[in-house]
Amino acid sequence: MNEGRSGAGPLTGQRWKKPPFIASPWLRYGLLLAVVVYLYWTFNTLPFNWERIAEGLPRAARIFGGAFPPSFERGELMWTGFKESFQIAFLATLLGVFLSIPIALMAAKNLAPLPIYLLGRGIIILSRSFHPVIVAILFVAAVGFGPLAGILTLTLYSIGFVAKLLAEKVEEIDWGQMEAMRAAGAGFFKTLIYAVFPQILPRQIGLSMYQLDSNLRASAVVGIVGAGGIGSTLMNAFGRYDYDFAFAILILIVGVILVSEGISGWVRKKIW
Amino acid sequence: MVEQTAEFTGRPWTRYSRKERWIRFTIYFVTLFAVVWAIRDIDIFWPWVWDAPTQIQNLGSRMWPPEFEAWSAIMNAMLETVHIATLSTMLTIFIALPVSYIAAQNTTPNRLTLWIGRFILVSSRSVNTIIWALLFVAIFGPGVLAGILAVMFRSVGFIGKLMGEAIEEIDRRPVEAMEATGASRMKVVLFGIVPQVMPAFFAIVILRWDINIRESTVLGLVGAGGIGVLLQGSIDTFAWQTVATILLAIIVLVLLGEALTSMLRKKVL
Amino acid sequence: MLEISNLVKRYGNDQPVLKGLDLVVEGNTVVSVVGASGAGKSTMLRCINRLVEPTSGSIKLNGREQVNLRGANLRHARRKIGMVFQGFNLIDRLTVMENVLAGRLGYVSLYQALTRKFPQTDIDRAFHLMDRVGIAHYANKRADELSGGERQRVGVVRALMQEPEILLADEPTASLDPKTSEQIMVLLQSLASELSLPVLINIHNVSQARTYTDRIVGLRNGQMIFDGTPGEFNQEALDAIYGGIEPPDETGGEEQPIAEARTP
Repeated sequence: MNEGRSGAGPLTGQRWKKPPFIASPWLRYGLLLAVVVYLYWTFNTLPFNWERIAEGLPRAARIFGGAFPPSFERGELMWTGFKESFQIAFLATLLGVFLSIPIALMAAKNLAPLPIYLLGRGIIILSRSFHPVIVAILFVAAVGFGPLAGILTLTLYSIGFVAKLLAEKVEEIDWGQMEAMRAAGAGFFKTLIYAVFPQILPRQIGLSMYQLDSNLRASAVVGIVGAGGIGSTLMNAFGRYDYDFAFAILILIVGVILVSEGISGWVRKKIW
Repeated sequence: MVEQTAEFTGRPWTRYSRKERWIRFTIYFVTLFAVVWAIRDIDIFWPWVWDAPTQIQNLGSRMWPPEFEAWSAIMNAMLETVHIATLSTMLTIFIALPVSYIAAQNTTPNRLTLWIGRFILVSSRSVNTIIWALLFVAIFGPGVLAGILAVMFRSVGFIGKLMGEAIEEIDRRPVEAMEATGASRMKVVLFGIVPQVMPAFFAIVILRWDINIRESTVLGLVGAGGIGVLLQGSIDTFAWQTVATILLAIIVLVLLGEALTSMLRKKVL
Repeated sequence: MLEISNLVKRYGNDQPVLKGLDLVVEGNTVVSVVGASGAGKSTMLRCINRLVEPTSGSIKLNGREQVNLRGANLRHARRKIGMVFQGFNLIDRLTVMENVLAGRLGYVSLYQALTRKFPQTDIDRAFHLMDRVGIAHYANKRADELSGGERQRVGVVRALMQEPEILLADEPTASLDPKTSEQIMVLLQSLASELSLPVLINIHNVSQARTYTDRIVGLRNGQMIFDGTPGEFNQEALDAIYGGIEPPDETGGEEQPIAEARTP
């Protein structure tokens, strides 16, 4: 008897539907409706200059035509730009990483008293909330065009990232090691050096490498608003419609970023 | 007390071996050298550096108190910024998913597609959103479209790379079981792969949306729509107090975005 | 009926893992395949539904040659071969019902698979089989919320949903505790007779092989060195298959790390 094959039995005819991802039907259809309405509404209210957009494709053709082949003629300019970007990234990473250590210690719930904790967290939040480009504009307005603004910007940017992750790491340390040092009679700073730093420094090195790579990318961008580096060179090229030069710069930026990513990945693997 | 015998006195201990000390010394030396070179070579007018704190303070005082007159224009621009971020994140999903599929070693049809997928992802990631925005403003003119495209082109690399990694990390065994039932490739993907990467998918998209909100705030500085346009305008006219208001609005938006996304993430996981 | 002739599997230029295997399995028998780790049991099983590509030889299922099928033909052939896995290979985040219905993926359209709108006959069969093995009340539970034995039952139902002409089981009880392991063996044995299905089970628990199967096939180093009834499977046969190698835990359950001793 092939009972199993025919499927006959007391449960025959019982319906089944997949239990939906979102249980309540109101929520489910409501969400779907909301998405459709949103799409319709935004496409209607957002200002699209359709005439200008229609010119886009022929313009694109002209731009790409002009960009090919990329022109590496003004190598001097490119080299100066890149060198400056690298210097900005390097110094900003160093400064940022150094400052991150005390700030992270301040922003660690398990180490710092409340007012200091709030101050530390506040600094970190402030550093993170603004896109580096905005920060760059402000620094340019304050201290003038050039790499100084770039360094200040990226230092803040580094602190926002490195200090935050470091603070989280500090909050996760093995408390027992701190206790042991205190029990042996060590003061605050000696406890830091023997109990806290050994636990967080490996992470710190990894973060620094990551941040150096990140800053190198960012330095290419803050130049667009005048904070020095290859970004300003790029901006000028675009402004003068020198698309072949701009393309060359772009290719080099991508190349440098890839190399830097490769190196930082290798270094991190070695020390992890 | 334990008696200290002669064989234990006088034995040296150092924290680092000779070889380690040489390596550390070299690293310190190279770094110091690089720092000195960078500081000397860089094009900075040093008197300005010492003057910087004063200048910063000066700017700060010019921005106080924040000016709320242009409030409705600011709100509109903020809304536009959110739209740019949301629309582009939504649209990116349709492009990033197929690209992540071909960029994952275990699902890509052949080596050529793997390289194409990886190439797309790398190019997308290596070019900053603002640079994409410059390009699209040059092509399509200033406006929201340039902004949306710029964010899309950058997000494809981010979402695509992380999704590709999620696909590569799945448990192969359910996939094997699906193949054994005689299902076609698409059905194997649907039942064997998709359920496994769903949690990662939501987390990644939510994260990118958060980042995109931040990115969208600056697109206007090169003309690609959003609050950046107002910001650039205020800076150009030295309306520092309006600038302060705009910055406040941006902070609030970013904080709201972070709160919303961390709540969503908890719901999904 | 399954006919394997001169099956050879070689990886690269290494020694072949399967050295010219011949095996015939007629309808309605439960055949167990025993042997040490590395003897080729898993490889042989996976050659049948081409999860592993045979290097040479022939495999015929009810007269249809399997070895050179490709594309849609291969998928259609796989539909007829049900497989139960040691690791259960369920889709953890989906419900038991979806896992079971996945057995029909070779038969339904992409749209039906996407929307989970399987034909009512499939749903009836699913409920019937789940009820038969005792998991019908878990239909809408996530697969990873079930115990090991229950999960393997889901795996068995999934395989049977394909309406297969043969059932392959690759060490189905190796990840289960002794009691659950016996339950699964009993289940496989009774289902085989109820559905008139030939069953091929890789197993390393020799006593379970003796108790629950009609015929034992012994592999060593990719060659078949024993083929007979459980009654004929004596100490001499055991030594021939595992000789020089520590036989696995007779109480079943855990996979012992077995050092492969190559006979000099």
